[in-house]
Amino acid sequence: MKIDRRSFLQYSGAVSAASSLPAILMSPGALGASGDTLTIAYNVSLPNWDPTVGLSSVNPGLQSIWKSVFDQYIDQHPDLTFKAGVLTKWGWNSDKTKVHMTVRDGATWQDGQPITGEDIVWNLKRAGHPDTGNPVGGFIWASLGNLSANGNEVTGDVNQYTPDIFKWMSFLTGYILPPHYHDKVGAEGFEKNPLGSGPYKVKEFVRGSFVRLEAYDDYWGGKPAFKNVIFKFVTDVSSRIAEIESGSSDITLAVPFEEYDRLSQKSGLTGVTTPVSDIAMIFFNDVGPMEDPNVRKAAVHAVDKEAIVKRLLRGYGVPLSTLQAPEYTAYDSSIVVDHNPELAKELLAKSGYSTDNPVKFTIQTTRGYLPKDYEVIQAVVGMWRKVGIEAEIEVYEVAKHYELRAQDTLAPAAFYNWGNSIGDPGTSTGHAMFGPSPHSTWDTDDLDGMIGPLWGEKDEDKRIAGWKKVDRYIAENAYVLPLYQQVQPVLYKSDLAFTSHGANYVLPFTTRPKG
Amino acid sequence: MTTRYLLNRLLLALPTLFGVVTVVFILLRVVPGDPIAMMTGPGATPEDIQHLRAHYGLDRSLSAQFVIYLGQLAMGDLGTSISLRQDVGELILGRLPVTLELTVFAMLIAIGCGVCLAIVGSYWRSRWPEAIIDSVIGIIVAIPDFLWALAFILILGVVIPVMPIFGRLDLALEYQSYTEFYLIESALRGRFDVTGSVLWHMILPGVALALPLMAVGARVLKSSLNVEMTQDYAALAHTKGFSRLQVILKEALRNALIPAVTLTGVQLTFLIGGTVLIERIFGYPGLGNMAIDAVINRDLPLIQGIIITFAIIFILVNFLIDLINTILNPRLRDG
Repeated sequence: MKIDRRSFLQYSGAVSAASSLPAILMSPGALGASGDTLTIAYNVSLPNWDPTVGLSSVNPGLQSIWKSVFDQYIDQHPDLTFKAGVLTKWGWNSDKTKVHMTVRDGATWQDGQPITGEDIVWNLKRAGHPDTGNPVGGFIWASLGNLSANGNEVTGDVNQYTPDIFKWMSFLTGYILPPHYHDKVGAEGFEKNPLGSGPYKVKEFVRGSFVRLEAYDDYWGGKPAFKNVIFKFVTDVSSRIAEIESGSSDITLAVPFEEYDRLSQKSGLTGVTTPVSDIAMIFFNDVGPMEDPNVRKAAVHAVDKEAIVKRLLRGYGVPLSTLQAPEYTAYDSSIVVDHNPELAKELLAKSGYSTDNPVKFTIQTTRGYLPKDYEVIQAVVGMWRKVGIEAEIEVYEVAKHYELRAQDTLAPAAFYNWGNSIGDPGTSTGHAMFGPSPHSTWDTDDLDGMIGPLWGEKDEDKRIAGWKKVDRYIAENAYVLPLYQQVQPVLYKSDLAFTSHGANYVLPFTTRPKG
Repeated sequence: MTTRYLLNRLLLALPTLFGVVTVVFILLRVVPGDPIAMMTGPGATPEDIQHLRAHYGLDRSLSAQFVIYLGQLAMGDLGTSISLRQDVGELILGRLPVTLELTVFAMLIAIGCGVCLAIVGSYWRSRWPEAIIDSVIGIIVAIPDFLWALAFILILGVVIPVMPIFGRLDLALEYQSYTEFYLIESALRGRFDVTGSVLWHMILPGVALALPLMAVGARVLKSSLNVEMTQDYAALAHTKGFSRLQVILKEALRNALIPAVTLTGVQLTFLIGGTVLIERIFGYPGLGNMAIDAVINRDLPLIQGIIITFAIIFILVNFLIDLINTILNPRLRDG
């Protein structure tokens, strides 16, 4: 083969390109991000960007991402107490027929436009409009009407008094979108190029893979510590463990407690386990054997919640006697339902049941939807068997649970996880136990008679006292079996200062490099 | 005759596709779970639920829903995703290139390595290289692809962290794609840093997907080669002075490929199905990954769209296999 100058240059170019391929492939950037970038291996994949409409808007698992991009009307401290967000003041008039809100001075959208009172009005009206698709619009946001703005002051009428309306302003769908931008680009345009007023701007979003955020330096809450944040959507738990263990990600969450214990001891990693606003509980339905108070009370007294938390959950859980966690407004530590298997046997004996002649019913549960859900129910059924209750476990998908609950056709007992990050008794005991609520299973006049007046109670002290009374009544009559408060394990690199949040958020804005 | 045969095969695909559409439609509606219940969450009133049910046409009879769905399908409309509130067709087109690139990459690995293993095994028949190859194939076949994936992540991502274990592209790279075919597009645009990164990220999921197909293909091809090597034409080639390797490559391989290609076609459909788990494990943003989200959210239009897409791919793959077999086997061509 003849080699001339031209062919020599061609060959050398090809050889050079070929030899540089390994260098390209093995570039340090190929293995992960670092420096001014915070990478979070997140357990949920973000489906869309509008946090106020559709199925995803009420998915608690997505709120961390939205809270990084969008502001909520009102914010929450990690201990779930409330603090100023875009609104610096809020409240009712004396007879609670009107509301007033004050918009923060100097707060801007991420395109530099100021956030105005009109913007808040637009958002509240949109949230309450039936055609918008806000899943809680009808019973929360539509309770306000005749909204108007005068500069930074917003006022409105109370269509229907909703005691927790301002708490919802820091809860699901309580986000603000920029009206001028949304009107300009429309819903589809907004999905493609979302714009908020939160600490981070969306730079790149690959559905099902990751979202890359960039710090919004003019954020009213201060300049974020990390210039870039990447949420990787790592929905497989093994892959999340590998991400944090290999150093490819800086933070991850929702790992099995066994793995948490192992990895948090590993050099370079640390972790935190925070009780969060999710309560594992067993619904009782007022059908069949559950109409017998002795059976219900026996079912409650037979369960050793301490043992379940200690042995099955490796201590990561807080046993509960009511549907209120200690951080909730109406938590009452004096309400205690003790583990007393002997009492359970006596109660069952009064109704003619024993271990030789057990009462029989079905208990429904998910399997793998929540940490150790099936195992917990297996343990409960084992405890019940010892006192004279023979429960058959039926496994179903959580979608089926929603369907059956909406139709009020759940089995006599059904395991569920109730979330309530605003800690209001109305959103825990209220919606879970009030008969007319589409989300309750217990439906008796005595309890509805107690709960009904509390929905409209305008005296906050009386309202909270009322809910505590309801919780005590429910505990005494065993209308539900609260089990434990869930604990969220978060693993992160030791050189990070991470702030855990009681609402189960992993927020980049409150995470910073140590030192 | 060949054209007519292939045309017949294509026409036969239509009832198959109709069958798939029908079965999927019915199955998805009889399995437990209400998509609207999933969609609404806490606080929705029965009126809200009814309103949404009507909006998505789920308040009509099953037969009415099916007729409407067929009509939409005929117009190329796969509906709107319940959970993502976007056009299903657009969503699928956005993810399909990701899965196709990964699948083709895995297929090339599987075929390339499988053919090499089969040739080496047949060349050293009844000697230690064949024994080693048989053992390796046995081990690979016994372990499912997702376990290989987890093992790769553990070994090459955690213990010796030399390989990326998440995503499709190094997140430090910024790349705006127009076609979603990152690999080809970036190479054509001269963004070789992106091409390299995409290839690098494909290796672990690609190999995990490829291994079972490679092993089965190698086993069948080797057996087939061994049979062909006992035929008269192979003996004749030997007597003409061809070496064993030359006989394998020039005479036996073409005939031995026919059963291997047929089986590879069947296995290829498993490979495409395997992307569902593999993409999930590696956080690969393909169709398989989206399928799992769709199932979790009971997103009926999206599930239907994805399954129909997979079905079309399976049909096309089978058609392609028929085509290759027709080229390889003159009896099919002339029959």
